[in-house]
Amino acid sequence: MSAQVRDVQDQVRAFIQGRYPDAQITDSDDIFQLGFINSLFAMELVMFIEKQFAVTIPNDELRIDNFRTTTSMAALVERVTPVAVGAEAGA
Amino acid sequence: MSIAPPIAPPIAVAVPAVAAPVAEAPTAGAALAESPVVRDRASARAFVDAHIAPYANDFERAGRIPEELLDRMRSAGLWAPFLPAADGGAGLSMVTLGQIHEEVGRGCSSVRSLLTVHTMLTWALQRWGSPRQRDRWIGPLARGEVLGAFCLTEPGAGSDAAGIAATAVSDGPGGTGWRLTGLKKWITNGQRADLYLVFAKVASGSIAAFLVPRNAAGVSVRPITEILGTRGSMLAEVSFDDVRLDADALVGPSGFMAGMLLTGTLDLGRFSVAAGSAGIIAACLEASADYTARRQIGGRPLRDLQLIQAKVSDMVTDLRAARLLIAEAGRLKDAGDSSTILATWVAKYFASTAAARHATEAVQIHGANGCGPDYPVARLYRDAKVMEIIEGSNEIQRITIASEAYRESGR
Repeated sequence: MSAQVRDVQDQVRAFIQGRYPDAQITDSDDIFQLGFINSLFAMELVMFIEKQFAVTIPNDELRIDNFRTTTSMAALVERVTPVAVGAEAGA
Repeated sequence: MSIAPPIAPPIAVAVPAVAAPVAEAPTAGAALAESPVVRDRASARAFVDAHIAPYANDFERAGRIPEELLDRMRSAGLWAPFLPAADGGAGLSMVTLGQIHEEVGRGCSSVRSLLTVHTMLTWALQRWGSPRQRDRWIGPLARGEVLGAFCLTEPGAGSDAAGIAATAVSDGPGGTGWRLTGLKKWITNGQRADLYLVFAKVASGSIAAFLVPRNAAGVSVRPITEILGTRGSMLAEVSFDDVRLDADALVGPSGFMAGMLLTGTLDLGRFSVAAGSAGIIAACLEASADYTARRQIGGRPLRDLQLIQAKVSDMVTDLRAARLLIAEAGRLKDAGDSSTILATWVAKYFASTAAARHATEAVQIHGANGCGPDYPVARLYRDAKVMEIIEGSNEIQRITIASEAYRESGR
């Protein structure tokens, strides 16, 4: 697991626990099965991810499976993060 | 009931007065001079004082906003100035948009409500629309050539959005389109809007949003009159009878995440209503300051009475507080901070309850004059009550604010 993925997971978990201080979640816990997720929190979560990681999540990535775990959210961030021009060119 | 005659023409007070008695609305068909572009509070204030506030009681009596004003608003760039310049807007911040909607709300809540629903639809399309949807609609929406309305509420479901009965059914294998059926009620600008954002249940049981042109086959509109407040907002029942829509009518994500579109759009509507409520407080203050400066009692102006001063001072204080809450919610929106949603709830709850409270006091200050058509305060009173109900009733707001407090404290 890359340091970047770990960092995303940590920040997402911190955000969730900031909203729900009693929530103890692991990177593989399905937060939708914990019973406290509603459309409001889904909106907050998407806003947090877009702001925190400077990404825009396209409609076709706004699927519930992408937000179930901190692992799936880290993978989502990785997918939608723009590739730097230099990196794309292999520099 | 004894009604005192209207008082003399307005005098200058600390805040510009709403003209009383009201003047005639612009003549239909009159040539319109180009209106200066509105880009901030000051230019919005000038526009409102010239074209809206003096005629607001006439709009209410007529039960509609004249086309001439809608044209002027186009000319002034008022319909969607928050859009980026590339989309035909002016890239205004949400903080500035809130100030503009407050000024429009100060002049007339019905006009502000048209801006609110147009803003909601346009924002939803900008944020969630497909490239094809944006190409087709964003430009005309930005220019106000196409006016939008927001269709969520039904005869049997208001604050309980999950209880809506409208359905959208995929019309066959391959997802070639949708068939929409349902009845929407209390639709602001439903009489006049060209494009509706309609919420309906889909097969999964979740709620999805659809773009429906007014001229689509199966759409019918029935005006709602005899309404308590915002009487000029051209409310309607809009019926969708097996309306066939192409596959691209669906806006945004589907499934559980579709609730985000509703949440986000209502959040923006709530922000606009909060701003409009602050505008009502400002209008109450202006009207009350103007009236009490000239109305005499026992040879002295009403303003000399300390009970009057108490009411006016509370209006000043709550107006400032409401503006700060709205500005904070706007700042958080501009920063993309998710805490804007709670901040907007708080702002809307505070501003709308304060508006209702001060509109009551403004009528009280005006006495019998406050109950009649020659001053703005009876209209403000009627409109303020509506603010406590729309975009989520204040009871719902309080439940949500309290639950957030418990959530954050882990209790």
